[in-house]
Amino acid sequence: MSDSERRPLPAIDIKGVSKVYSVGGQTVQALREVNLTIKKGEFACLIGASGCGKSTLLRIMAGFETASSGVVNMYGKPIVGPSPERGMVFQDYGLFPWLTVKENIGFGQRQRNLPKAKLNEISAYYTDMVGLTKFADYYPGQLSGGMKQRVAIARVLANDCEVLLMDEPFGALDALTREKLQQDLLEIWARTKVTVVFVTHAVEEAVMLSDRVVVMTAGPGRIEEDIKLALARPRDITAIEFNQVRRDITQYLSSHVSSKVAA
Amino acid sequence: MDTTVELPVKMVKPDIRPYIKSWITPLIVPLLLLLGWHAGVKVSGTQLIPLPKEVGLMLYDFAFGGIYDDAFSETLPLHLWSSVTRVYGGFFAAALVGIPLGLLIGRIKLIRDLLDPTLQLLRPVPVTAWLPLSMIFFGIGPNAAIFLVFLGAFYPIVFNTIFGVKAVDNRLFEAALMLGCSGSSLFRQVVLPAAIPSILNGLRLGHGFAWILIVVGEMTGVPEGLGAVIMDGRMLSRTDLVIAGMTVIGIVGYVSDRMLVALNNRLLKWSPQHHV
Ligand SMILES: Nc1ncnc2c1ncn2[C@@H]1O[C@H](COP(=O)(O)OP(=O)(O)OP(=O)(O)O)[C@@H](O)[C@H]1O
Ligand SMILES: [Mg+2]
Repeated sequence: MSDSERRPLPAIDIKGVSKVYSVGGQTVQALREVNLTIKKGEFACLIGASGCGKSTLLRIMAGFETASSGVVNMYGKPIVGPSPERGMVFQDYGLFPWLTVKENIGFGQRQRNLPKAKLNEISAYYTDMVGLTKFADYYPGQLSGGMKQRVAIARVLANDCEVLLMDEPFGALDALTREKLQQDLLEIWARTKVTVVFVTHAVEEAVMLSDRVVVMTAGPGRIEEDIKLALARPRDITAIEFNQVRRDITQYLSSHVSSKVAA
Repeated sequence: MDTTVELPVKMVKPDIRPYIKSWITPLIVPLLLLLGWHAGVKVSGTQLIPLPKEVGLMLYDFAFGGIYDDAFSETLPLHLWSSVTRVYGGFFAAALVGIPLGLLIGRIKLIRDLLDPTLQLLRPVPVTAWLPLSMIFFGIGPNAAIFLVFLGAFYPIVFNTIFGVKAVDNRLFEAALMLGCSGSSLFRQVVLPAAIPSILNGLRLGHGFAWILIVVGEMTGVPEGLGAVIMDGRMLSRTDLVIAGMTVIGIVGYVSDRMLVALNNRLLKWSPQHHV
């Protein structure tokens, strides 16, 4: 499929997806009838209270879980399992501890039997993209959390992923590191035109990053609001518009939580 | 992360005290033991236990001859060589069988269901209890000893390998799958490296058991080997020979364990917490 042919097709298209887990005879409905379409190149955030099914939805997009019912397509083709086209960035990094930074970044390309020189070139390029050239020969155990997450991002980009799936990637980092990584991610996104689906708890993070904020609610998980953000980039945390949007989204979130508590 | 933090480089005069300390501290207890041994023998006036000095002489004669010139003079290389080849023969055979078997049992459910119960049943049987049977299977001679060594090393190797394979973090499988690594590459590129720390741990334990069992195995009518020397010493009431044999086993076992530790630290340079 050439680019022009598939441009009209959404990067990710989720139709009527439900997910039921069964644990020891009991069933938990994690998602009910979720519909979500993500355009190519879009930066979408999924936000919602703990347990509302954000990770479940993301893992279904990644192909780690299968939907109990419904359809999940990528560029019109059903998603049947994990694939390099959809790169996942985990909150706990998931790096291979026995590989160095550059080997971790080259891991995906290494599966493709490239000539060694080409492989080295690719991993050097992406190591540089995330600013880790000086640490190329370090092992993950010798890196800070922020550096590990850079490696995790670089290794999926180096593998030509078209959709970047991120599950609270910066949740475990301190505020300063998180801000820096957010800026770097936006830069990479602008440069590579990769589609991003980003799960977060933090409203500010969602407003800082995304074109679109998808608010989910629990019991069972579904999409409550889908908000397009018209804010200009680069965004200014102190701007009035920014805070207006942030307030609106916070209100959505808390109203759902309180209505649930009242019920 | 384009700025690096320069660690302050301290210019210190080369201080040899820590080195001396690290050499001397481990020697204190053995020296005190030797001293206590010497004093104990002197004070009690026993004839049954030789003085450390006499064992030292025996060791020298055992290795180089020229003091007693008896049947044991200069025979250390011969006995040592016999024992070492048996230990490593049995140990490598155990590794050769135990590691692949452990990988298969850990990874493939059918093989696990097939073999694991049997292994679990056999495991509580002390390896030394196999001695009579192994003498029936292999006759009186070195093969029975090698079999014991094999068995003793096999259990820790196989069980640690199984544990290592089963304990691989599921997150790593997910990471590998979404990067396009699957099937047999998954085994080679994820399962195997992730299990290496446990496998090495099993090898090290197995290696220790191998040295224990060689002595037991060689005490049963084998003409050569350090176990046989200790047995001969007992029958001839040559306690100095017994202790000399024990000393050699201690030293050789220690040295070859250090070699395994070096291998361990080299293979696991990515994980300082696995260093020994
Ligand atoms: N593997 C699983 N087996 C059984 N139940 C599960 C499993 N994974 C998730 N669930 C359940 O599905 C629901 C949604 O979980 P999920 O992890 O998707 O929530 P989340 O929105 O990502 O929460 P958080 O913000 O805390 O990460 C929860 O009720 C959870 O208990
Ligand atoms: Mg989650």
